[in-house]
Amino acid sequence: MKNLIAMKSFTATQRRQTWLHIVLFIIALFELKAFGFGNPANAKTTFGFTLAKEWVLIHTWIIGSATGSYLFSIIALIAAVVAITLIALKKRAGLATAVTGLALMMGFLCWAAAGKFIPLTGMLQGSLLLAVPLVFGSMSGLLSERSGVINIAIEGQLLAGAFASGVVASLTHKSALGLLVAPLAGALISLLLATFAIKFSVDQVILGFVLNVLVIGLTDFLYKKLLIPYQTTWNSGPSFSRIEIPLIGKLPIIGPIFFNQTLIVYLMYLIVVIITYSLFKTKWGLRTRAVGEHPTAADSVGIDVNKLRFRNVLIAGLVSGLGGAYFTIGSTGSFSKEMTSGAGFIALAALIFGKWTPMGAVSAALLFGFADNLQGTLSIIGVSIPSEFMLMVPYIATIIAVSGLVGRVRAPKADGIHYSRGGSH
Amino acid sequence: MSLELKGITKSFGSLLANDSIDLSVGDGEILAILGENGAGKSTLMNIVYGLLQPDAGEIRVNGQLVSINEPSDALAAGIGMVHQHFMLIPVFTVLENIVLGHEATSKLGKLDLTSARAKLLALAKDFGFVIDPDALVESLPVGVQQRVEILKALMYDAKVLILDEPTAVLTPQETDELLEVIRRLRTQGTSIIFISHKLREVKAIANRISVIRRGKVVGSAEPSASQEELASLMVGRPVNLAPDKTPHTIGEVILHVKDLTISDATGRALVKDVSFDVRGGEVLAIAGVQGNGQSELAQSIINLEPHVVGSMTLEGRELVGMSVHQSLHEGIAFIPESRELDGLISSFSIADNLILDTHREKPYAKGITLSPREVFAEAEVKAKEFDIRAQSIKDPASSLSGGNKQKVVLARELSRPVKLLVASQPTRGLDVGSIEFVHERILAERDAGRAVLLFSTELDEVLALADRIAVMYAGKILAIVDSGVTREKLGLLMAGVVE
Ligand SMILES: Nc1ncnc2c1ncn2[C@@H]1O[C@H](COP(=O)(O)OP(=O)(O)OP(=O)(O)O)[C@@H](O)[C@H]1O
Ligand SMILES: [Mg+2]
Repeated sequence: MKNLIAMKSFTATQRRQTWLHIVLFIIALFELKAFGFGNPANAKTTFGFTLAKEWVLIHTWIIGSATGSYLFSIIALIAAVVAITLIALKKRAGLATAVTGLALMMGFLCWAAAGKFIPLTGMLQGSLLLAVPLVFGSMSGLLSERSGVINIAIEGQLLAGAFASGVVASLTHKSALGLLVAPLAGALISLLLATFAIKFSVDQVILGFVLNVLVIGLTDFLYKKLLIPYQTTWNSGPSFSRIEIPLIGKLPIIGPIFFNQTLIVYLMYLIVVIITYSLFKTKWGLRTRAVGEHPTAADSVGIDVNKLRFRNVLIAGLVSGLGGAYFTIGSTGSFSKEMTSGAGFIALAALIFGKWTPMGAVSAALLFGFADNLQGTLSIIGVSIPSEFMLMVPYIATIIAVSGLVGRVRAPKADGIHYSRGGSH
Repeated sequence: MSLELKGITKSFGSLLANDSIDLSVGDGEILAILGENGAGKSTLMNIVYGLLQPDAGEIRVNGQLVSINEPSDALAAGIGMVHQHFMLIPVFTVLENIVLGHEATSKLGKLDLTSARAKLLALAKDFGFVIDPDALVESLPVGVQQRVEILKALMYDAKVLILDEPTAVLTPQETDELLEVIRRLRTQGTSIIFISHKLREVKAIANRISVIRRGKVVGSAEPSASQEELASLMVGRPVNLAPDKTPHTIGEVILHVKDLTISDATGRALVKDVSFDVRGGEVLAIAGVQGNGQSELAQSIINLEPHVVGSMTLEGRELVGMSVHQSLHEGIAFIPESRELDGLISSFSIADNLILDTHREKPYAKGITLSPREVFAEAEVKAKEFDIRAQSIKDPASSLSGGNKQKVVLARELSRPVKLLVASQPTRGLDVGSIEFVHERILAERDAGRAVLLFSTELDEVLALADRIAVMYAGKILAIVDSGVTREKLGLLMAGVVE
């Protein structure tokens, strides 16, 4: 309480974070009251921890539903208080926040799945899979927006990548070829975006929107005219199978989640690492950020602003196009109408929620993937939470992010602003 | 190194910004360029630096013809420039700003800042600058940012250094330091082009002075010429640099400010417990270095600041808590600090800008529609009265030069019945001719018995206009002194020194 009283002297960030944790604290209190005590006394919740042939630490963990909710709610309460104290002391509270969130989630699961079985590892693996296109998409957005070009066309790039890779793999029976054309398809959309946005200074948001409509319309049309009638040749491609990485693939829990995946997922890891490194450690990264913040200044030291932007938008297209391949050859091998179903927009939300940083965007994508998957798992085991609520999570999270509850979110200063040289006057 | 410009011509549409300009600066020479707002000084320099392409003309470095298509060509030719508006990336560190465009890399394309850091530190030490290479630029005071700009140019061996109004945002002390640095560079053989509206500085530093008017070189002068001579050469008519301040009678208290505290969104107090009075027929100048709370104090008077505690009365009526519209119509004229951002809507016509505050009143409004005829008729009258020089009052405000923009703001603000004039940095960036006009108008308001609250960072302006001077430092009013105070004393007060 003393911390709360002392809030007057807090900085804005401290105050915001404190409020966030007070909200978490109240949710935990609610959970304690509603779930801990309000449960059938004898119901038990079973968590499953094995998935494939990984080394086994434990198979299942069975806990009384009420006990579990009770226990985790209390952990969440304590962790929230610890976090608030750390914030008041101006120390890093990230771990405590994570524990709070995790404990809240576990408490919720204990309650929601009373008398049922929750395949925890499977659920996390599923979350990662749902997050893959979001990660690709948000990395694409990052590349383009950090250099100052808004990329609303991620959805279209993903869809183009999905379509191209599905069709090519199907026609040639080679998934590798599909993997090759997917980035090119994404880059083609980027080429249109870059040409009109950078060369002809068309409004980037409208342009991106139009490109999405274009790709959706085009793929819908071809799907109807080609892929359905000639399904066996055009739309029944091969797909990648999972590759287990020796040793680490066998680690309990982590192994099956992260290291028993298809090639595309491993490529995703690589891309995230490369982008994170390049953006903050290389000449290209410095210039990209400069151009996205203050293009005139970059120009005045001899950097060709529009060339750099053009290149970055193209690379962004390569990345999201590749992400599109995940929908087809990365899973079943066949394309279906509008199969990206808004992943490009959620990727954009992840980018914003992640404050335009690679790690932030990846974390947000994983969170959104988890929310999406949780809804699926819960409905499979028969807990009825309207799926619409879970599907709202990314958008609500974005609104919270933009409203500043989790800290100051600042887009690259010149994001979306066309640059042309006029001299300074 | 010498730089020679021959026949440089540049037009923007129908506007001839540079008309066959010839200029040269020799080895170790400081050439000052004077000219009114919009005379074409920055345009010319941007051409030399490769940010703009001339329509005609040639540039010679050491007698050699060079073609400068890009800033990188200029840098390669040994030309460096400190721009009128800072070219620093606020979220980068000093070092990152310095290496940008000249990055060294090691393996894996990794940025290698070690040699740049060493060079920067050595250079800074050489000039006696204290600079933290890892500080974020946005966290630095403008004076230090200016040093970063200069170091940036020096890091890559600029032999010709262009300084486009480098002192516009500096404190008197910082200006003196900068002039010292420039002198040192000259002795090292650097050729310098120095642009400023401040005649005192120009006289102090220049070897030669060239004057540009409406895109043409109209003459040159020796630094020994008087300020009046330089001013009239610039403007093309005699200019009165020291406005005539007639003795006057001070009236009743008009604005009474008591215990005013203003905070930002994070709750940090920017103005702390400030109290003062302004009387009719008096100019109270609030002097101080940029960023000591003056901007917030000025904005709070018409309630543009959201977090204000305390009291502020205009002829006894409480202003705090009123809407902006209400406060303006209580009888306050407000000249904001940035005419481009807050004083005008740049894309609107001059005529529309003149009725921004009164557009919902008769005769401009007829029911729910505007009456263009009335608006234009009024604008013609105002343009004449305030000497607004524009091709047409239907042109967008963005087409005006700085001085004429300020005249539009003045014309609008003084068209309401006024008890109090609040003028925030009213002559920042203006040329001497425009300054003369603005000063005359401000004094006219005072002589008509109105209260004037002037916010200024310029010592000369404060001394020329004020009847009393309040010095703000770190959000507080440090002292209120008489207008007879010396420049030196005032400078010290502004730096926070009270004996
Ligand atoms: N990119 C541009 N497009 C159109 N007009 C321009 C452009 N840049 C400058 N101008 C116009 O050219 C004229 C000269 O401008 P310039 O900036 O060179 O003046 P200046 O002498 O530097 O003035 P100041 O003292 O206000 O800095 C002005 O009328 C200005 O409005
Ligand atoms: Mg200029």
